[in-house]
Amino acid sequence: MEQVIELLSLSPPGWGGNLLRGLVHSLEIALGAFGFGLLIGLGGAYGKLYGGPVLRDLLAVYTTVVRAVPELVLILILYYVGTDLINKASEAMGYGRVEISGVAAGIWVLGIVQGAYATEILRGAIKAIPIGQLEAARAFGMPPLKMLRRVTIPAMMSFAIPGLANLWLIATKDTALLAVVGFNELTLETRQAAASTRAYFTFFLAAGALYLMVTLLSGRIFARIEKWARKGQPSHRRAKA
Amino acid sequence: MITLRSLLLPHRIAMMVVFAALVLWCAFTLRWDWIPKYAPLAAEGIWRTIWILAVTTVLGFLLAIPLGLAQAIGPWYLAAPARTFCTVIRGTPLLLQIWLLYYGLGSLFPQFPWIRESELWPYLRQAWPYAVLALTLSYAGYEGEVMRGAFAGVARGQIEAAEAFGMPRFTMFRRIWLPQAIQSALPTLGGETILQLKATPLVATIAIVESYAVASRVRQDTFIVYEPLLLLAVVYMVIAGILAFAFRKLEQRVPVKGH
Repeated sequence: MEQVIELLSLSPPGWGGNLLRGLVHSLEIALGAFGFGLLIGLGGAYGKLYGGPVLRDLLAVYTTVVRAVPELVLILILYYVGTDLINKASEAMGYGRVEISGVAAGIWVLGIVQGAYATEILRGAIKAIPIGQLEAARAFGMPPLKMLRRVTIPAMMSFAIPGLANLWLIATKDTALLAVVGFNELTLETRQAAASTRAYFTFFLAAGALYLMVTLLSGRIFARIEKWARKGQPSHRRAKA
Repeated sequence: MITLRSLLLPHRIAMMVVFAALVLWCAFTLRWDWIPKYAPLAAEGIWRTIWILAVTTVLGFLLAIPLGLAQAIGPWYLAAPARTFCTVIRGTPLLLQIWLLYYGLGSLFPQFPWIRESELWPYLRQAWPYAVLALTLSYAGYEGEVMRGAFAGVARGQIEAAEAFGMPRFTMFRRIWLPQAIQSALPTLGGETILQLKATPLVATIAIVESYAVASRVRQDTFIVYEPLLLLAVVYMVIAGILAFAFRKLEQRVPVKGH
C-alpha cells in the first residue's frame, strides 16, 4: 500500500504529476474537439435540413463514412492529411516545415469525427422542435442568424442534450486513441509510467479511476444542464397525477 | 431506402461521375504496386478481424444476457455488481482496458509457478486471449445496458399469458421473454456491433496482426502513407455495410404491425 502511494505521489519520484498532466491534456483535447464538433454539427444539421440536394448528399457521405470507418484509421488519415496540407501551405508561403502541436492536431482530428455524430444529433433535435415556433419566428421576419440564436438553439436544447452528453463521453474516451499516434495524453502517460516502474496494475487502475471520475462527474453536470434546458416544459410526472 | 429511381436524379448522376473520376484518379496516380506482395498478409489480417469480431460479439452477448437480466429483475446483490460492471466498462477507454489486461495480467501471471506449469500457459503467453477477453468484456458491458432496457420493455401481458398457461419459468424465458427482448433490441445491437468492428483495430497495439496492423506494416516497410490507409477504410466500410445489411434482414424476419 505504501509503495502504491509512493508511486502515485505528485512529486518526481512518484508519477502522479505525469498522470494529472496527461488528464489535463486529455480534457483540453476533449473540450476542443467537442466544441469543434458542435460547430461542424450545427452547420451540417442546417445543411442536411435546408441545403440543396448536392450539399445534402455530400453531408450524407460525410456522416456515413465517418461512422463506418474506425476512429483509429480516421485519426491516422486526418493526421497525415492535416500535417501535409499545413506543410504544403507553409512551404508555398515561403516558410519551412512547421511543427504541429499535439493538442491542435488532436482537436482537428477528433473534431471532424465528433462533427459527424453531432450533425445527426442536432438534425434530430431541430426536427423535434414544434414547427409552429419556427414559423412564428419567420412570420415576424426574424433574420436567420437571430432566429438561430433566439429560437432554434434554445428550443432544440432539451432534445439535443441526452445525445450530446453521450457524445461528450465518447470524446473523452476517444482522446485515448491519440496515444497510438504518440500524443502524451492520460493513457500514454500511464503506459510510460507503468512500463518504467513495472507496476502495471497500479497505474492502469489509477488512470481508469480518473477516467471514471470524469465520466461520473460529466453525468452529473449534464443532468443539471438538461434540467435547466427543460425549464418551463411540463413534466410527465406531474401531468399524470 | 435507396431505390433505382432516386439514384437516377440528375445531380446524383453528376456526383457519381465525379466519384468515378476520383476512383480512377486514385487507381492510376497513386501507388498500388505493393498490393501483390502484401495480399496474402492482408487476407489473413481481414480474416482475423472478422474472426475476432465474431467471437467477441457472440461471447459478449452471451454475457450480456445475465447482466441485463440481473439489472432488470435481479435482487440487489446481483443488480448492483452488474450495474457497477457496466458503468466501469462504459466509463473508461477500451484502449486502457486492453492494456490493463495485457500488460497487467501478463506481468502478474509469470509470478505464479503453478500458472506457468499449467497446460494453459502456452496460450496465456500469447496476446490474443487478452484481446478476446478485453473486447468480450467491453461488448458485454455496453450490451448489458441495452438488454436491461430490452428485458424491461417486453409487454407485461406476454409474461402473464405464459404464466397463465403454466409454462415453466425457464421455458418462458427461452420461448417468450428472450426472443422478444432480442427482437426489440436488434436495431441497437446492429449499431453496437458496427461499433465493435470499429474497436477491433485497437488490438493491433498489443501485437495482434489484423487488418489495421497489416496496413501499418505496409506503411513502415514502404513509406507509402495514404494508399494502405484508404484501402483499409474501404475494407471496414464494406464489412460495416455487410453487417448493417445482415441486421436489417434479421429485423425484417418478424413483421411489425402498421409499417
